[in-house]
Amino acid sequence: MKEYRDILCPVCGCLCDDIEVNVENNSIVKVQNACAMGASKFLNFSKERLKNPLMRKNGELVPCSLNEAIDHISRALVKAEFPVIYGFALSSCEAIKVGIELAEEIGAVIDNQTTVCHGPGVQGLQDIGQVSCTLGEVKHRADLIIYWGSNPQDAHPRHFERYSLLPEGRFRGGKKDRKLVVVDVRKTATARMADFYIRIEQGKDFELISALRALLRFEDIEQEQVAGIPKEKVEELAEMMRSCEYGVIFFGQGLTQTIGKDRNGDNLFALVRDLNKFTKFLVMPIRGHYNVTGSNEVLTWQTGFPFGVDLSKGYPWYNPGDTTVVDIFRRGENDLTLVVGSDPLAHLPRRATMHILEHPLFTIDPSMSLTAMASNVVIPSAFYGLEAEGTAYRMDGVALPLKKIVEPPEGILPDEEILRRILEKVKEIRGK
Amino acid sequence: MELIIKNGIVYDPLNGVKGEAMDIYVKDGKIVEKADGSKAQVIDATNMLVLPGGVDMHTHFAGPKVNLARMLRPEDHYKDPQRKRGVRRCGTGYSIPSVFTTGYWYAEMGFTLAFEAANPPLKMMHVQDELNDTPLIDKGAYPVFGNNWYVMESLSKGKIEECAAYIAWVLSAIKGYAIKVVDPGSVEEWKWGKGQIGDMDKQVENFGITPKEIVRGLAKVAKLLNLPHHLHIHTNMLGNPGNSEVTLETMKAVKDLVTNGELLIHMAHLQFHSYGGKEKDWNSFRSGSEEIMKYINKNPYVSFDMGQIAFTDTTTMTADGPFEYNLYEITKNKWMNADIEFETGSGIVPIEYKRDNFVHSIMWAVGLELALLSKDLWRVALSTDHPNGAPLTFYPRVISWLMSKKARERVLKLIPSSARSKTLLGSIDREFNFEEIAIITRASPAKLLGLKEKGHLGIGADADIAIYDINPKALDPERDYRKIRKAFRFAKYTIKDGKIVYKDNEIIEHFIAKTYWVNPHIREDLYNYINSELERNFDKYYTVKISNYKIPEGYLVKSKRIDIITKL
Ligand SMILES: [Zn+2]
Repeated sequence: MKEYRDILCPVCGCLCDDIEVNVENNSIVKVQNACAMGASKFLNFSKERLKNPLMRKNGELVPCSLNEAIDHISRALVKAEFPVIYGFALSSCEAIKVGIELAEEIGAVIDNQTTVCHGPGVQGLQDIGQVSCTLGEVKHRADLIIYWGSNPQDAHPRHFERYSLLPEGRFRGGKKDRKLVVVDVRKTATARMADFYIRIEQGKDFELISALRALLRFEDIEQEQVAGIPKEKVEELAEMMRSCEYGVIFFGQGLTQTIGKDRNGDNLFALVRDLNKFTKFLVMPIRGHYNVTGSNEVLTWQTGFPFGVDLSKGYPWYNPGDTTVVDIFRRGENDLTLVVGSDPLAHLPRRATMHILEHPLFTIDPSMSLTAMASNVVIPSAFYGLEAEGTAYRMDGVALPLKKIVEPPEGILPDEEILRRILEKVKEIRGK
Repeated sequence: MELIIKNGIVYDPLNGVKGEAMDIYVKDGKIVEKADGSKAQVIDATNMLVLPGGVDMHTHFAGPKVNLARMLRPEDHYKDPQRKRGVRRCGTGYSIPSVFTTGYWYAEMGFTLAFEAANPPLKMMHVQDELNDTPLIDKGAYPVFGNNWYVMESLSKGKIEECAAYIAWVLSAIKGYAIKVVDPGSVEEWKWGKGQIGDMDKQVENFGITPKEIVRGLAKVAKLLNLPHHLHIHTNMLGNPGNSEVTLETMKAVKDLVTNGELLIHMAHLQFHSYGGKEKDWNSFRSGSEEIMKYINKNPYVSFDMGQIAFTDTTTMTADGPFEYNLYEITKNKWMNADIEFETGSGIVPIEYKRDNFVHSIMWAVGLELALLSKDLWRVALSTDHPNGAPLTFYPRVISWLMSKKARERVLKLIPSSARSKTLLGSIDREFNFEEIAIITRASPAKLLGLKEKGHLGIGADADIAIYDINPKALDPERDYRKIRKAFRFAKYTIKDGKIVYKDNEIIEHFIAKTYWVNPHIREDLYNYINSELERNFDKYYTVKISNYKIPEGYLVKSKRIDIITKL
């Protein structure tokens, strides 16, 4: 039996790096320190996995060889006029690099899951700037922690324990020294732990943030209620924010995927910026997939833009709403889709997915998904952080090493290698 | 692979070559005495200027804050898209170019080595990721230590050896090259929302140590560790009127540590630290270059890089979080902040330097004055603190200002007369010659970095060579400063590791060159002590495991390890 320590958990953006794993006969038999989501991934990932490349023949997906699959995808990529490559939040940064090179080679649009989760937050960052920090800063200093439209108790179970409310930091002794505020439309598991819970009316985030900003300018609020919240409570929240020593807001998709979207991001970032006139205040998105942050980072350092990058012009172009996949799909502009570790048919709006199915669709994924089932070719890939190593970025931008602790099934390669083979094949075909 | 560069007009200050027509022989990436003429590729460099590859010792081109700046500013990229062409990968500029574009731009200018100037150890894997992706230049990175808890705590207890051992451990663990200090003490206080510390003798809250003691302590550490580059410091009060006093105080604070005429302290982007006037009184803002240079000229333990600004839209980025907040308050531009647990902070604010702005135009003059007033260019390096003062593509412009009084006067005429009277520049006649330019862009920075194989064209040097299509013998730089600019912006040939990588406006190779880092060897008992201290406390300090904080040498695409025998 082999015992591994300090393993990264390849599930959510917390990217906990203290997991202990026992491996026997190339299978994981014991997991320690992980949350339920993490433990389940470590113990069960291999159960429902794809083992063979598949190709659609006479309407049905049937097993084929890897070379056949790569050859088919490469030829289609070369032929396509406006291909889209989408995914990467569950890939390593090394794989993302190859994905970008492939997109550049064939003149594709390359986009990642940011486009449907925290894209509006990124746009807020681009409009206002983001006052932020690493998670350890919160652990050491924060006395006011606000979760806004995010529910870490369910989606990021160890966020409290490792990074925010509970850890003992240099200047804070844990929960007793901190106040927890939750802003949400529902009394979630996180909200139930709050010292101060604000039930906000659905879609009224912009209104509440504006009221808080007005109060910080010492203006009066005339209405009795803001966003369904009694005025006094809003005033109390503003006072809490102004008078804390070190405050932080963790926001989730409850803010970015509701009415207002990027305007909410703008306003929230401006609120936090303004609070720094009074005290130290920071803001951070709670990112979902374990390497969605890395996909933004790599795309940015190679092209200048974090998501939705159109490389069809021979240089990078970015215009959210235009070059982002949901909008491209909705307009039915693309004539090929290559999906890497994502399930857009399950997650994107119907009006967008309709058009994906009209053209060749290829999927690289360790497991079967709705998108894989509808694809023309499916290539199974290795699980990063379990069967393959690479780099991933935590939600606060700390890069960490994903490790390989078991061997993938025979013939199963990581995304990086599959994409590299496709890239080489594409170059070979185009060279002729 | 052999190469002969025939009959070029060579300036090689480290070897005393001053504009002689000569041949240079290259074999297997090195300069050699003689190559076999029949097999070698020959470049006819007749009437062309031949220099060692350019060395940028202070630039911000890779890593977390640079990438946040890229993310912050799509508008910066929209105006400067970079097309894919042949081996040349696509990308974007303008002030925060993407990684490939950065490498290509350096190559276009004949630069072959650049050091990333401020890096949080915790995010060093990100830095290495981008260095691994930056083509055609050798590079390295300076981790920041001036607000590091371990450093402040060990120094406050007077434990210099322990501090040195800790820094040796970190440099080796994360593959850093030198000790960088940024606004000592202030960044820790900024994490509580407090401003820059202007009093070098004020105790840093919670840490019982003063900025002056941090600087002294780290200067001692750099000596103890025998690091190839001395202490690299961005001192307190960057950007403030009257800050030349703090700058002088910083330099004086380590003077008594000199034992053998050695270099002890490198003042980063000195322009930003050389202002006269009264604190907070922008009307009193004036050049402080004269008193600063009077001191530096007399004190050979100090070196500096210019931190020149140019009038353009650029992006400021620094570990100096409190400074960036001030800049946000002044400009109301977009503002990013990214504090790093245990170690440091950082901030980003875009800025447009304007010729008709009183303060900006004085800043422009100050940078040039510092270089022009220097009596020892071997302690001076050209920089714009890319992109803080201007994007790296402005180096040729800075060169032309240094070489031509006429070029300077053209700008001086356009700045407000109220500003002109606060500067010395108009009264300085000095014009640098090609040798002096070769010193401050090649020989001196290579020497200051302690890299013996760089910055010259002697036998055994790395074959990093720039060939420019100007004839220094036939050109009057004073009059023809525009030709100077053009020639230095686009070299005729750039040779990296003996390969022609750029020629006639085309990038013809794309490969990843070396990453320099130091591996200081310390006594085993000291190493074990530090290692066990860190293993015991790491979970308390950080939110990552110690094993995941370390970066294996194999992570670097092309590692250039420098093993150091220290005094420990
Ligand atoms: Zn700098």
